[in-house]
Amino acid sequence: MILKGKAHVYKKDHINTDEIIPARYLNMDKEADLAKFAMEDLDKTFIKKVKPGDFIVAGENFGCGSSREHAVWALRGSGVKAVIAGSFARIFFRNCINNGFYAIELKDASKNINDQDELEIDIESGTIKNLTTKKEFKFTPFPKFAIDIIKAGGLLNYIKKNK
Amino acid sequence: MSQTITEKILAKHCNKKEVKPGELINAKIDLVMCHDVTTTPAIDMLEKSNTDKVFNPNKVVVTPDHFVPNKDIKSADMVKRIREWAKKHKIETFYDIGRHGVCHAILPEQGHVVPGITIVCGDSHTCTHGAFGAFSTGIGSTDLAAALSTGELWFKVPESIKFVINGNLPKGVYSKDIILKIISDIGVDGALYKAMEFTGSTIKSLSMEARMTITNMAIEAGGKSGIIEPDKTTEDYVKQRTKTQYQIYRSDPDAEYSETKTYDVSKLEPIVAFPDLPSNGKTMSEISKMQDIKVDQAYLGSCTNGRIEDLRIAAQIVKGKKIAKGTRMIVVPATTDIWKQANKEGLLDIFMEFGATVSTPTCGACLGGHMGILAEGETCISTTNRNFTGRMGHPKSKVYLASPATVSASAIEGKIADPRKYVK
Repeated sequence: MILKGKAHVYKKDHINTDEIIPARYLNMDKEADLAKFAMEDLDKTFIKKVKPGDFIVAGENFGCGSSREHAVWALRGSGVKAVIAGSFARIFFRNCINNGFYAIELKDASKNINDQDELEIDIESGTIKNLTTKKEFKFTPFPKFAIDIIKAGGLLNYIKKNK
Repeated sequence: MSQTITEKILAKHCNKKEVKPGELINAKIDLVMCHDVTTTPAIDMLEKSNTDKVFNPNKVVVTPDHFVPNKDIKSADMVKRIREWAKKHKIETFYDIGRHGVCHAILPEQGHVVPGITIVCGDSHTCTHGAFGAFSTGIGSTDLAAALSTGELWFKVPESIKFVINGNLPKGVYSKDIILKIISDIGVDGALYKAMEFTGSTIKSLSMEARMTITNMAIEAGGKSGIIEPDKTTEDYVKQRTKTQYQIYRSDPDAEYSETKTYDVSKLEPIVAFPDLPSNGKTMSEISKMQDIKVDQAYLGSCTNGRIEDLRIAAQIVKGKKIAKGTRMIVVPATTDIWKQANKEGLLDIFMEFGATVSTPTCGACLGGHMGILAEGETCISTTNRNFTGRMGHPKSKVYLASPATVSASAIEGKIADPRKYVK
């Protein structure tokens, strides 16, 4: 599968779930509702800039903090197709896989990709092409188990299929 | 092969003799806890996928806590939905208003947590229950839906880091200071994906309440779980509360750890984590050299430090004193039973006489929900576990994390203050 879109780069480590979707909005759980407030406490302009198919690029430990899956839903609802980060917090990473949403681990991602760069991601081969700078990066492809869940459209469908 | 306590519990729960770090397993879940924020989406998913069933209603505990008593109509709708769902599935253990409390405080208090079991909840601080020698970890709503309907969940067996904590804690220094010190040392991703195993003479000397403060914050170092081997203190606590049979697992002496870190806490100072990461810990000596940090609000509560022992420590410090002018203090006993006990012991009177207010149990302002939200530019010193940007309110408010003693001393002085001079 090939994904293509623009990068929104945050050169920051430990971007946490309170920044991705503040708790004051956790009395809602629909993607479209949450999307309006995605990344609000980190970047109020994000939701105005983001286009369907875009990517977020960030430093280490992206998604740390709360277990709220609302963080994944807010990003997906805003149009984001994948997050590329140096590393991910555990629960956020699980939540991404379980939702069939791509969390791509790439060392020094936020140093090697500039804001608004055009990227092309090949999920199967684990390649990111930076169409703006013509650089190419390899990331560790997802384990088969994760790919199976993503392909099934999330954990619950996967469980149903494998019963 | 030698194994850690975590590996042994996980192996047992996937019917294997042994498991190795990195291995993907499907583990049986003994206890699923559900709170208001993450459960409604799980119910939606189950209904949508026509798998709306509960594997065993006796293994599910429901504890609405984040936005209760309902803070607005949307929150009220969420709790109503969960109430109806629990009724439909004959889940009888439902801590509704009047018996309510912060989920991670109520679960052990009411005897649901025993050693050796696996526990999941749609809440990152589920690592708390590792204090009882259980494997306990936070999950999202999809995982919650899967665990509720199948009683199983996939896990990658984590590597373990061993923290050996020795020495007598000095006066005015508590388990909160130990965990803030550890997180400051290893960073908010220092234990990413790993089990944090705490051992040593200091840990053995701590009460279950104080141990839970430590395992509660394993997630603030990125940990998958925190765990402490059960001992007499654990068994005494558990046996007072339940007749459930349990099995105790212990790490083999030559079990493998990705790292072992040893601490002598006999000279540890009170620590305060500065905004906006729990790893920004500074010692009182460092703070004493800085300009005064004025506090608008002092917050005593949460799954980290809202237990009876925490309230006793705080009450002892503020007793007979008056809160600083311009500072407000909010005391939130973590559960209904803690509230009643604190009332019986006269602690609530002490807080009220001091000039604090006492609220009903709730996660409330800890996560910026309700009951003590900060305005733009305000500063709070808090016994909670996170001080991320906007955590307790406005994105331009600031949260400092500390022990109940440090929070109380700061309420007396109206600025971040050293508790040691107030502790008898």
